[in-house]
Amino acid sequence: MRKLALDDEILLTVEKPARYIGNEINMVVKDKAEIDVRFAMCFPDVYEIGMSHLGIQILYDMFNRREDVWCERVYSPWPDLDKIMRERQIPLFGLESQEPIKEFDFLGITIQYEMCYTNILQVLDLSQIPIYSKERTDEHPIVIGGGPCTYNPEPLADFFDLFYIGEGETIYFDLIDLYKKMKAEGKSRQEFIKEAGKMEGIYAPSMYEVTYHEDGTVKSFDPIDEDMPRKIRKQIVMDVSHTYYPEKPLVPYMKVTQDRVVLEIQRGCIRGCRFCQAGQIYRPVRERDVNMLKDYAIKMLKNTGQDEITLSSLSSSDYSGLKELTYFLLDECQKKKINISLPSLRIDEFSLDVMSRVQDVKKGSMTFAPEAGSQRMRDVINKGLTKEDILTGAVKAFKGGWTRVKLYFMLGLPTETEEDIKDIAHLAEDIAMAYYRLPAEDRHGRISITASASFFIPKPFTPLQWATMVNMNDYKEKAHIVNDEMKAQHNRKSLKFQWHDAKTTILEGVFARGDRRLCKSIYDAYKAGCIYDAWTEHFQYETWLDVFEKNQVDVDFYTTRERDLEEIFPWDFIDIGVTKEYLKREWIRATQNQVITPNCRQQCVGCGAKTFGGGVCYEGKN
Amino acid sequence: MKVRIKFTKTGSLKFIGHLDVMRYFQKAFRRAEVEVAYSKGFSPHQLLSFAAPLGIGLTSDGEYLDAEFDAVDTSEQMLKRINDVMVEELHILEFKELPEGAENAMASVAGSDYLLTIRDGYYNNHTFFDKLDDFFQKEEILMMKKTKKSEKEVDIRPMLYALERRGEQIYMKLATGSVANLKPETVMMALCKECNIEYEPFGTMTHRLETYMWNPENENELIPLGAVGHDIMEPKREQVNE
Repeated sequence: MRKLALDDEILLTVEKPARYIGNEINMVVKDKAEIDVRFAMCFPDVYEIGMSHLGIQILYDMFNRREDVWCERVYSPWPDLDKIMRERQIPLFGLESQEPIKEFDFLGITIQYEMCYTNILQVLDLSQIPIYSKERTDEHPIVIGGGPCTYNPEPLADFFDLFYIGEGETIYFDLIDLYKKMKAEGKSRQEFIKEAGKMEGIYAPSMYEVTYHEDGTVKSFDPIDEDMPRKIRKQIVMDVSHTYYPEKPLVPYMKVTQDRVVLEIQRGCIRGCRFCQAGQIYRPVRERDVNMLKDYAIKMLKNTGQDEITLSSLSSSDYSGLKELTYFLLDECQKKKINISLPSLRIDEFSLDVMSRVQDVKKGSMTFAPEAGSQRMRDVINKGLTKEDILTGAVKAFKGGWTRVKLYFMLGLPTETEEDIKDIAHLAEDIAMAYYRLPAEDRHGRISITASASFFIPKPFTPLQWATMVNMNDYKEKAHIVNDEMKAQHNRKSLKFQWHDAKTTILEGVFARGDRRLCKSIYDAYKAGCIYDAWTEHFQYETWLDVFEKNQVDVDFYTTRERDLEEIFPWDFIDIGVTKEYLKREWIRATQNQVITPNCRQQCVGCGAKTFGGGVCYEGKN
Repeated sequence: MKVRIKFTKTGSLKFIGHLDVMRYFQKAFRRAEVEVAYSKGFSPHQLLSFAAPLGIGLTSDGEYLDAEFDAVDTSEQMLKRINDVMVEELHILEFKELPEGAENAMASVAGSDYLLTIRDGYYNNHTFFDKLDDFFQKEEILMMKKTKKSEKEVDIRPMLYALERRGEQIYMKLATGSVANLKPETVMMALCKECNIEYEPFGTMTHRLETYMWNPENENELIPLGAVGHDIMEPKREQVNE
């Protein structure tokens, strides 16, 4: 029988012990004796969140196809277990072998959101791996980071040996081969880190030096050794139809956040919303072949036994094979009593037809993401959705029987005025009016419209990366203005407004555009007890403020400061294909001209992503 | 047709909860592509009913669930098909058709057998084995029972059907179900009290051997829940009335 890392007494004491036992369906177990490289793949949040992440499932499958590699998983222990592991000095372990991570060759950590940074330190610490890269020896695993936050890895620079910038399918095997070769030659950890850092897409932060101007902005960013690359080019898979994708995803026992088969239909987005980082860093759009997707859908459903399948992409409506794929899935799933969920669909005849077949309209809701209340504001952020689009879509949905509408907005956008945000309430009211103006036979009781607002956080590699954030009091004030305006509407009883926690937003804003001087604060915050910052019940805002103050970190420098167009950003050394020149043009179009930019299929605007030689940039040009 | 399935829950899977076990079966049936019946409506679900949920941390070789099937192969083939997509630590032992009108598993549960092993490092120098017989001979064993509102004294003796030493383990047969229910840890608490030993919550590992129902033909006899079903010898399809 498998021996578990934790004894019964511990597992019966902690909440949800199923998080720590592994042994899920489709888990990969290998014979250690026949393995050259052991890789621990970590999602630094609780099991239920980590297990819902597609990227790890893809890489887990990819690594384990190699006979000489065994890839295992590790997630953040919940605070109850965290405490016990510290008290008893139990090292953090891989779920598959139940053996300590510190004995592995690699610890790969996916960094999906800024609020998980202290959890990364927790994972290192519990693994008994030194938190600072420079303190690690040849005995310790190579700690490598990946995922969206590595497009500005600098706030974490001191904790990682390497960062992998871009999609994991391209050069991980080369990296492993290099590791095996250098290990066989008896080379040191430091020698490997340096060699790896010369590979395209791999960034070795310890090989670079940053200097700063007196005002605190970056003066220079240079390799300390001349043979290190000056630019790190992101990695992407150009042929997404012939690449790694799991046929047998893991099936957890306990209920996880995304408890379904996930079919990723494309990468990238043609839209170019100016606040959206994913819309820029994953360019160009690359679609998977519809036949490949059909084949995988059938296999994955069969191999997991899941009762639901979902399509994943940034904007599913833009996938050219959507109708064919959806009608195929509808057919298959109805036969097999499987649900389909279709997020990020534009509301039109097609999506309403599909949705009326897959969900109970009385219970379901229609979601729109206008992101801003006024047309002017939507033009600034290049959200090509008009009020007319929303009202037309909503009326169609009402006639189809839906009576619940969800709306998503952002507050604190560049150039935003009080009128812009009050228009959030007016838009909600207009939707309600559109409903009540329908003939009685088209109405089904009272309508419910819920508007939610998050606070805008400027992200690296977006046209709005030069934007200032508003301060906490202004955020709260803005939220209250909208709330009051909602209450002043005729149909106020049908309207509801809710908003995101402003404290988390500030911290996210600091890290999103942060630099490596923040490492010390993250370390100190962790040492002061901050973990699970993404979880409201664990988030300690005051502790963070204390730590920033002690380290003379000025929050406003990262959040509300005006940035000059010529400023060197901490993340400028990363080459995402999309050029800084293009982002500047977009920033000016947004804030000065306030005009929208056509999407990739309407007209190429020369963002730079064409350099990758494929995808939407070359559609219909062969 | 209604089918009664007997299954195990051992090893690390003792840490998964009752709802997890249900989801595990639903997914396993889909992986095995067996023709389990679904409810009607917008979100059709499999019609499964479990006998007596096992607490987290307990292992078992005698769990049961009832399921509706539209079509089945022989019991032997069904066992193979389903076990091929299951893990060793949670696999099925019996697949039997229930007679028309049989009461469902949950409603018929009446008793369970348990085997308790003393965990290393606990209950050193205990005297359980010396006291077992005397304890079982008692006419009344009063224990405090906590309910949501109050605490009251309950006589657990009528729910204790058997108690004996088996090698280095303690065997007990207890009432289970909605009418009368006695947990093995309650018996251990009482036994500790009898022996003047402090009760240790983690002191024993509990393994359920079998789950029972009253024999419909002899109301004083407990028979395994699976005993009312019969092995399926020929593939069979339910007649659907359109």
